Amino acid sequence: MSTTQHDMVNRAEAGGHHDHHEPPFIRKYIFSTDHKTIAKQFMFVSLFFLVVGGLLATLMRWQLGFPSQPMPGGGVFPDAMMAPTPGGAIMLPEFYNSLVTMHGTIMIFFAIMPLLVGLFGNLLIPLQIGAPDMAFPRLNMASFWLAVPAGILMLASFAVEGGAAGAGWTSYAPLSASGEYTGVYLGQQLWLVSLAVLGFSSLAGAVNYISTVINMRAPGMTWFRIPLATWALFITAVLVLLAMPILAGALIMLLFDQTIGTAFFLPEFDGEPLLWQHLFWFFGHPEVYILILPAMGIASEVISNRARKPIFGYHSMVLAIIAIAFLGWIVWGHHMFQSGMNPMLGTSFMISTMAIAVPSAIKTFNWLATLWKGDLHLDSPMLYAIAFVSLFIIGGLSGVYMASTPVDVYIHDTYFIVAHIHYVLFGGSLFAIFAGITFWYPKMFGRLMNERLNKIHFLLTFVFYNLVFWPMHNLGLQGMMRRIYDFTQYEYLQPLQPMNRFITICVFILVASQSLYAISFFWSLFKGEKATNNPWNSNGLEWTVPSPPPHGNFAEMPVVYRGPYEYSSPESDTDFLPQTTPPRDRPAPAPVPTPQGA
Amino acid sequence: MTTHAAAVGRAPMPGMEVYNLKLGMWVFLLSEVMFFTGLIGSYIILRFAHPEHFAQPGVVLNVPLTAFNTFILICSSVTMVKAFAAIEQGDQKGLKRWLLATIALGTLFVGVQVVEYTVLASEGFVPMAEAYHAIGRGNPHDGPALGGPLYGATFYTMTGFHGTHVTIGVLCMWFVLWRASKGAYTAQSYGGVEIMGLYWHFVDLVWIILFTIVYLI
Amino acid sequence: MNWSWMLPESFSTFGGEVDAIYYVILWVTGIVFVITEGLLVYFVVRYRHKEGRKATFDHGSTRVEVAWTLAPLFIVIGLGVASKGVWDRMKRDVPDGALEMIVTAQQFEWHATYAGADGVLGTDDDFTLVNELHAPEDRPVLVYLRSNDVLHSFFLPEMRVKQDAVPGQEIRAWFEAVQPGDYTLGCAELCGTGHTTMNGTLTVHTQADYDTWVAGQVAQQQ
Repeated sequence: MSTTQHDMVNRAEAGGHHDHHEPPFIRKYIFSTDHKTIAKQFMFVSLFFLVVGGLLATLMRWQLGFPSQPMPGGGVFPDAMMAPTPGGAIMLPEFYNSLVTMHGTIMIFFAIMPLLVGLFGNLLIPLQIGAPDMAFPRLNMASFWLAVPAGILMLASFAVEGGAAGAGWTSYAPLSASGEYTGVYLGQQLWLVSLAVLGFSSLAGAVNYISTVINMRAPGMTWFRIPLATWALFITAVLVLLAMPILAGALIMLLFDQTIGTAFFLPEFDGEPLLWQHLFWFFGHPEVYILILPAMGIASEVISNRARKPIFGYHSMVLAIIAIAFLGWIVWGHHMFQSGMNPMLGTSFMISTMAIAVPSAIKTFNWLATLWKGDLHLDSPMLYAIAFVSLFIIGGLSGVYMASTPVDVYIHDTYFIVAHIHYVLFGGSLFAIFAGITFWYPKMFGRLMNERLNKIHFLLTFVFYNLVFWPMHNLGLQGMMRRIYDFTQYEYLQPLQPMNRFITICVFILVASQSLYAISFFWSLFKGEKATNNPWNSNGLEWTVPSPPPHGNFAEMPVVYRGPYEYSSPESDTDFLPQTTPPRDRPAPAPVPTPQGA
Repeated sequence: MTTHAAAVGRAPMPGMEVYNLKLGMWVFLLSEVMFFTGLIGSYIILRFAHPEHFAQPGVVLNVPLTAFNTFILICSSVTMVKAFAAIEQGDQKGLKRWLLATIALGTLFVGVQVVEYTVLASEGFVPMAEAYHAIGRGNPHDGPALGGPLYGATFYTMTGFHGTHVTIGVLCMWFVLWRASKGAYTAQSYGGVEIMGLYWHFVDLVWIILFTIVYLI
Repeated sequence: MNWSWMLPESFSTFGGEVDAIYYVILWVTGIVFVITEGLLVYFVVRYRHKEGRKATFDHGSTRVEVAWTLAPLFIVIGLGVASKGVWDRMKRDVPDGALEMIVTAQQFEWHATYAGADGVLGTDDDFTLVNELHAPEDRPVLVYLRSNDVLHSFFLPEMRVKQDAVPGQEIRAWFEAVQPGDYTLGCAELCGTGHTTMNGTLTVHTQADYDTWVAGQVAQQQ
C-alpha cells in the first residue's frame, strides 16, 4: 500500500465518526471529540481560573499595601480568613499564606498551562500540520474532562476546615507534610489530589500531541516546514510527558506522609526534606519551560505575519527550542542554591543555568531581526507580541542575577525573584496568550475582535503591568522577602511601605483593565466583523480553511510545498505565499478528498 | 468504530514505521519510565542517605516467594507473546486461550503480592513510620526492629504502584479478551492486542528491575 | 520610593565581593537592556507600515547566528567563572579562628547558643538567647545552623548571608562583620503562619565590648 494511502488511512482513523447527521448538543459542545471544540473548552475554563488567580493576587496585594488594616467589605469572608473589625475585616496570616499558595498554583496549573497547552495545542496542531483532528480524539476529550474535576477540587479546598493549602505553590516539606505545622490538613491533601488528577489530564494531552505531530502531517509537511507554534507545542508536549510523572511520584509520597504516616520527608524518622525539593524542581524547571515555549512559538507566528517578513533564522529558532528543552533538565538545582545542597553542586548548576540563557537570547535576537526591515502592521496581536519580546528581555536578564550563586545568596526568596517570575510568566506568557487569542480568534469564532478595545486594553495593561512588577526588583534589592504577611514587622523594611502601597493601587487598576479584553472578547462573539478564511493574509494551513473550520478541517488533503514564513517573497504577487499554493512552474496535483470512511 | 479498527495493523506513515495506536503506547510508556524513575530514584537516594534503615536481602523480605512470583510474571509475558502470535496468524481461539492464560498468571501475581503484603504487615513491616517494627520471618516478636521506617515506606510505594499497574493491565486484558470474543481482531487488524502486549511487557520489565534492586541488592 | 538599583550597604568581608559581582551583572544586563529595547523601539517606529513599504525577503544568516550564540555564551560563562570564587569562599571555605555558635530555628523564633567564657561549645557556661545574635567585629563567626521543625532560612541582609535551616541537618554558615552596629536577622523561607514575626537582631560589638558582653551574660546565667 502506498504511503499516501497509509497516510489517508491513519487520518481516517482520527477523523472520528462521519455520519452526516448533526450531533446532539451534548456531543457537539459538552462531550466533544473535535479538537477545536476542546480547545475552546480549555480556553473558557482557563480564562475563568485566570480571573480567579488575579482576584487572589488582588487580595494579597491589599494586605501588602495596607498591612493588617481593615479591608472594606472584608466582612463577607469567613472569620477563619479575615477577622471582622470596624471598617471591614483584617486578613489573617493563615489566609494570606493560602492566597500566596493558591494564586501561584491556580495561575500556573489552571490558567497559563491549560491556555498555552490546552487551548493552543489543541487548536493549532492539527490545523497547522494539515490533519483532520488529533490522533486520539476520545483521549483528547478525556484530557479536558479530567482537568475540570481537578479544578473543582482545587477551588473546593478553600471551603474545607483549615482552609486551602498554605505552604506555597512549591509545597516544601516538612511544612507541607504535616498539618500541625500550618493548621491546614484537608486543604493540603486536596491540593495534592487535584494536581495528581490534573497530571493525568496533561499526560493524555501530551501523548496525543506527540503522536499527532509525528504521524499525521500532510504530504510535504516535513519537519522543517512545521510552523514554530507547532514546533514549540510539540517540544512542550515532550517536556510534559517526561516531567509530570516525576511530580506525580513526589505528590504521592507527600500525600502518603500526610495521610498514612510514612516519613519520606519527615526528619524525625530520617526522612529527607531536600528530597522533596529535588523531586519538585526536577519537574519544576522543565515546567517553567512548558510555560514559556508555546508563548515563544505564538510570538514567532504573529511577529512574522504582522511584519510581512520571514522569521529570521527559522532553523536556529527550532534548534533553540530544542536546546532550551534539553538544557532545562540539568538546571533544577538553581532553585536550591541556598538549600544546604553541596556548594560544588551549586557551581555546576550555576554553569548550566548560565548556559541556558543563550538559546533564549538567540530567540530574542531573531525576533528583533525579524522586525528589522519589515513592514510592521501594528495591530493588537502585533502589539501584544512585541510587548512579549520587550518584557521577556527584562525577565530573562533578571534571571542572570539569580544564576550567579553569590548574588543569589542575597536575592533568593526576595521580591527580586517575584519580579523575575512575573516578567516571564505575565510579561512573557500572558502577553503572548493575548496575542494568540486575538490572532486566532477569527479562526475560532468566524469574527474579528474589537481592535479599538484591544488597543486600549493593551496600553493600560502594558503601562500598569510595568508599574506593578518593575518596582518589585527594587523591593527585592532592598531585602524584602517573599511570602511575607506583614513586612512592617521588620524595621529595615518599613521604608518600603509607600512602594508597596503604590504597587497595590496599580494592581487594582491593572486587574480592572482586564475587563476591557473580556468585553472585547464577548462583544466580538456577536458583533465582531465577520472574518474570511484568511483575514491576516497568513501562510499557514489553518488559514486555507473556513473560519471556523468544519469538522474534519480539510475537505481536500492539503499538499505542502514550502515553509510557513514566505512573506514578501518574489515568487508571489502579494506579500504572502501560503504553504499549500503550488509553485508557478508546477501544476497542482489532482485533489484527493479526505476519506470519510475506511 | 470500524474506521479505526480497519486502519490499524497497516504499515508505515511517512517517516514513522508505526501506526497511531502503537506510537501512542510507546510515547505513554516513556512517561511510565519517568514515573518509576522518580520512585526508584527516591528509593536509591534514601537508601544511600540512611543505609541503616534497610535490611540485607532476605532478612525481612521473602525472596524465594517473590522469585517464584517473578517467574510467574515472566511466564505471563510469554503467554502474551503467544496470544499476539496467534492473532497474527488469525487464530481466534489461540488468541483467547493465551489471553486468558495471561490474565490468570497476572492475577496470580497480584494475589501472591497481596499474600506477601499481609504476611509482612503481620511481622511489623509496614509503611507507617511510627508503627514500623519489622522483625523478619521466624524471629521472636520482642526482638529489635530490622531496618527502619524508610524501608517500609519505599518498599510499599514502589511495589504497590507496580502492583497497581499489573492490576490495571489485567483489567485492560479482560477488555481485550471481551473485544476478541466479539471478533474485533483479525490477522490484518490486531493493534489493540499489540499495544496490550507492549504495556504488559513493560510492566514485566519494571518488575525485573524492581525485584533486582529491592529484593536482591 | 526608592527606584535605585544600588544595593544597600553591606557590612561583611565577602559582602563587598558579592556586591561587586552584582554591579558587574548590572552593567552587563543594563547595556544589553538598553541596546535590545532601544533597537526594538527603533524598529517599531522606523519600519511601521506605510503605504508602499515592502518588507525585505530575508531568511537569516548563519554567520550572524553563530556570532550571537558565541557572544552571550562567553559573557555568561565569564560571569559564572567570576562568581565561582566568591561562592566557594562564602559557602565552603570557613577561615581559621572562627568564633563558633549554634543557631536553632523553630516556629517562630531564633535560638542563638553561645560558647560562653571558655569559648567552647557544649560546656556548662554556654548560654542561649532568643532572637538576639551577638558577634565581634573583624572576626569570622561560624554558625552551626539547625532547625527544630520545618525549613527556615537564616537571613542577615547587611552581611549578605542566607542559608536555609533544614531539620535533621546541621549546616554551616559564616560571616565576618566589619563594623559595629545593629543589623537585621530575618527568616527568608515560608515556615508557617508566624513566618512574618521571625525577626531578630544581630548586634556587632568591638572585640572588647563583645568580651564584656559575654562575661555579663555568663554572670547572669549564674
